[in-house]
Amino acid sequence: MSIDWLHFTPWASLAGGVLIGLAAALLLLVNGRIAGISGIVGGLLVPRRADVAWRLAFVAGLFAAPLGMAAAGYTLMPRIDAGFGLLALAGLLVGVGTLYASGCTSGHGVCGLSRLSPRSLVATATFMAAGMLTVFVARHLA
Amino acid sequence: MNLLSAFAAGLLFGIGLIISGMADPGKVLGFLDVAGRWDPSLAFVMAGAIGVGFAAFRLAGRRARTFVGGALHLPQQRDIDPRLLAGAAVFGIGWGLAGFCPGPALVAFGAGFAEAAVFVAAMLLGMLVYVAAERLIHQPRRQRA
Repeated sequence: MSIDWLHFTPWASLAGGVLIGLAAALLLLVNGRIAGISGIVGGLLVPRRADVAWRLAFVAGLFAAPLGMAAAGYTLMPRIDAGFGLLALAGLLVGVGTLYASGCTSGHGVCGLSRLSPRSLVATATFMAAGMLTVFVARHLA
Repeated sequence: MNLLSAFAAGLLFGIGLIISGMADPGKVLGFLDVAGRWDPSLAFVMAGAIGVGFAAFRLAGRRARTFVGGALHLPQQRDIDPRLLAGAAVFGIGWGLAGFCPGPALVAFGAGFAEAAVFVAAMLLGMLVYVAAERLIHQPRRQRA
C-alpha cells in the first residue's frame, strides 16, 4: 500500500463531510427523519400518502446541488471508468442490496455510526470490506 | 416549512458530496483500493459527517419531538441478521464495481451525466425487484374460491 498524495484532499473532504453531517442534522431535527438516501428513495417506490412530499423535496435538493455548485463556478467532473453494462449491473446490486440491508453509505455509514448503532457498524464494515475486495479483484487480480 | 427543510437538507447533502469528492466515482474507487495507490480522503468525509451527526443525534435523543413539534422517526431494528450482512455485502460489491452509491449517483444524475442515469435506472429497478419479491414472500396466499 502507498498513499495517493496527488488525489488526497483531507480538508475539502472534511469540510464536505461536515456539510453532509449538517444536512443529516437538519433533516433529523426538523423533519424527524434519517438522511439515508436508499431509504428515502426506496420509500417512494411504495408510496404512502403524506410521506411522499418530503422525500421528493429531499431528492430535488440532491438534484439541484450540482446546478447550484455550477452557478457558483464549480463544475462537477466525475471520473467514471465503468461502461454502461457494468454501471447497470452495479446499479442493480446497489438497489437490491441497500433495501435488503435497510441502508447504504448515508443511512448506515453516516447516520447509523452517528447513533452508535452496532447494527450499522456491522453493515458499514461489511459493505466497505465487500467494496474493497471487489476493487482488489478488479484491479489487482483480473 | 417541512418541505423547505427537506429540500435544504438534500441540497446541503448534495453540496457536501460534491465538495468532499464522494460524487466522483474515481475518488471513491481510490479509497476502496487499499492495495494500490490509496486515497484516504473518504475517511475524512466520514469523520466530518459523523462528528456533526453524533452531536445531532445526542440532541435528538434528549427530545421527544422535532424542533417544529413533529414525530422523530428513529430506526427500531436492532438485530444483526443474515439479511443485514447479505444486503450490505451485495451493496458493497455493486459500490466497488462502479464507485457509485445512491446519493452520489443521484447528484451526478442531476448534473446530467448519462452514466449516472443508467446507474440510477438500474438501481431503481433493483429496488423494485426487492419490493416485489418482499410482497410475494410476505403476502398471505389467497384462498381458493
